Amino acid sequence: MFKRFITLEWKSFLRSASLSTNLVLKILMILGGIYFGACFLVLGAASYYLIADYGLQPLETINKYLIYYFFFDLAIRFFLQKTPVMNIKPLLYINIKRKSIVNFALGKTMLSFFNVIHIFFFIPFSIVLLREGFDVAGVLCWFTAMFAIIFFTNFLNILIDKKEVVFYAVAAIFVTLGGLQYFNLFDITQYTGAFFQMIFQTKWMALLPVLLFCALYIVTFRFFRKNLYLDEGLSVKQTIAKTEDLTWLNQFGTLGTFLKNDIKLLKRNKRSRTTVFMSVLFIFYGLLFFTNSIEAYQNPVMQVFAGVFVSGGFLFTFGQFVPSWDSSYYPLLMSQNIQYKEYLNSKWWLMVIATVVSTILASFYLYFGWEIYLLIVVGAIYNIGVNAHLVLLGGAYVKTPIDLSSSKGAFGNKQAFNVKTMLISIPKLVVPMLLYGLGKFFFGFEIGLLLVAVAGIIGFAFRNKMFRIIENVYKKEKYKTIAAYNQKD
Amino acid sequence: MIQVTNLSKTYNGVTVLNIENLEIKKGESFGLVGNNGAGKTTFFSLLLDLIQPSSGKISSNGIQINTSEDWKPFTAAFLDESFLIGYLTPEEYFYFIGELRGQNKADVDALLAKHEDFFNGEILKNKKYLRDLSKGNMKKVGIIAALIGNPEVIILDEPFANLDPTTQIRLKKIIKELADTPEVTILVSSHDLQHTVEVSDRIVTLEKGKIVKDIQTSGETLKELEAFFAI
Repeated sequence: MFKRFITLEWKSFLRSASLSTNLVLKILMILGGIYFGACFLVLGAASYYLIADYGLQPLETINKYLIYYFFFDLAIRFFLQKTPVMNIKPLLYINIKRKSIVNFALGKTMLSFFNVIHIFFFIPFSIVLLREGFDVAGVLCWFTAMFAIIFFTNFLNILIDKKEVVFYAVAAIFVTLGGLQYFNLFDITQYTGAFFQMIFQTKWMALLPVLLFCALYIVTFRFFRKNLYLDEGLSVKQTIAKTEDLTWLNQFGTLGTFLKNDIKLLKRNKRSRTTVFMSVLFIFYGLLFFTNSIEAYQNPVMQVFAGVFVSGGFLFTFGQFVPSWDSSYYPLLMSQNIQYKEYLNSKWWLMVIATVVSTILASFYLYFGWEIYLLIVVGAIYNIGVNAHLVLLGGAYVKTPIDLSSSKGAFGNKQAFNVKTMLISIPKLVVPMLLYGLGKFFFGFEIGLLLVAVAGIIGFAFRNKMFRIIENVYKKEKYKTIAAYNQKD
Repeated sequence: MIQVTNLSKTYNGVTVLNIENLEIKKGESFGLVGNNGAGKTTFFSLLLDLIQPSSGKISSNGIQINTSEDWKPFTAAFLDESFLIGYLTPEEYFYFIGELRGQNKADVDALLAKHEDFFNGEILKNKKYLRDLSKGNMKKVGIIAALIGNPEVIILDEPFANLDPTTQIRLKKIIKELADTPEVTILVSSHDLQHTVEVSDRIVTLEKGKIVKDIQTSGETLKELEAFFAI
């Protein structure tokens, strides 16, 4: 029976739309996988000695922070890992035991990239431990416990999937714990670290995570088994809809009509909510640069890069998929009497508002000095003046339909890659970096900033011209775009 | 109103539609029948400039469809679910379409009130987004939305499919009323011969992309069509 399932899965993998896109992409994806694998491998092999170099006890240090490692694992899974829905509906009424369907669907998730990747860290690390003369049975128990926890996280993620409330509650607990630890009020790692350490000494403790994992597997199994009905687990969740008039937007005419729609688009779809959440994360991206925590980022030219990103999170993540956000009803828009200019204008305003709001929220960077904040403000001016147009232009060539109801793919849609969009995106970051670098090198910090700001203002002056160019792209690509949006994967 | 000349559409060397000449008069109620793959939806998509003709042209009210966009203000259509915006409630969707077609809220409300029985209490104020409605209810929303703003050309692809018998009868009434309005040209495609005969003044049959029958509806039309399709 399982053999049949596996053939089905294999076919669905080989024939999926994302795999049949293009060769360059496949190679890129494989390279990406190898890259991450290699990173973990090096990390696993080297971290023992790196930590020892700092004069710390490697195993104890690792054990201490493992709890956060597992939490980040959960967070990444929450956003990226797919839920184990194989094409179940057509199998339900066929002569297959429900038990085997569920077992297969759950078992499949254990082979996911998100579990396999940890092997690359824990195996080399364990080998190093053995080489350094740690007790073999201890290492084996520890290793088993780690994988029990990783699989535990795997099923935990499946159980909390789609329930944003649960995830954000867990996230809040961990942020609080981290904060408490930072201010030396309460240190969770004392307890969890001691526990992981204990697995080494008292071997039978490894049974605890293994038992936990087994228990959770049973819970998950029962949950899916019980919900394997069209009107329960397999049904699409419906939310109670509320009609919103947003009448205050009526004063903006057609622009208001589109803005109303776009606000609802952002609010009511999982995919777009993820985008908004990510753009909030971008605001904090600058911390990596301005706290001087990473050496390579202290270069002043790199700081402009950060300045552009802090305020531009929404602009980049949302803008690059205009008009794909409207892909599911693009034929409607194309048969209505719509001026492209008004349509673009609405998206443009959304990006401008988001950029301004981000800039205001980012005012906490003043803590690092007004020069840093000025960098961000100048970045925002450049974003509004130049980048807002460039992302819209790039988006016009992206013909990937967006499935609004799924949050997957928000972290870089595989099919969205295309050469034109790549070329268009170069000036978004390289030009301000160059301008600032040149200005600063020849004249000084202020002139560098001024050059970037002036570039932004000049860009703004060309707004209508740019809109016309984008409109022409829309018109020229209309039929291709409609045809591409019609293809669902 | 609509003039089709030497229109053809070819995909990878296969001609899916080839109409030499077809004229649809203003105020006509035009029915399009044919088996799967006969080219009905292709023809309607061409009428809305959603796909490009391989050759020939369509003019609506003297405006060539694929070169000008001036036909849009007086044309409305509902082909499939890609004409609905899933994350809106039906009300929001109607107002959105209304605003695009230059209608205010009161105009839209008046139209909705007129078609209240068509909705059968399942559409308005139901706290559901369009994406969560059943196929039949989605269709009701799409059909009524196509009537917003008094369009002169209305195109409905398979409007009777997925509707319950009561709603089918109500829809026939709506289409007949529109057919009686001299300014409105209505184009309907269907697999259901009887419905088409009931609502159309003229019925064109497509087979493999070609017009094989073009008849003014009379008492014998249904029999004639049934005989044609019973092969």
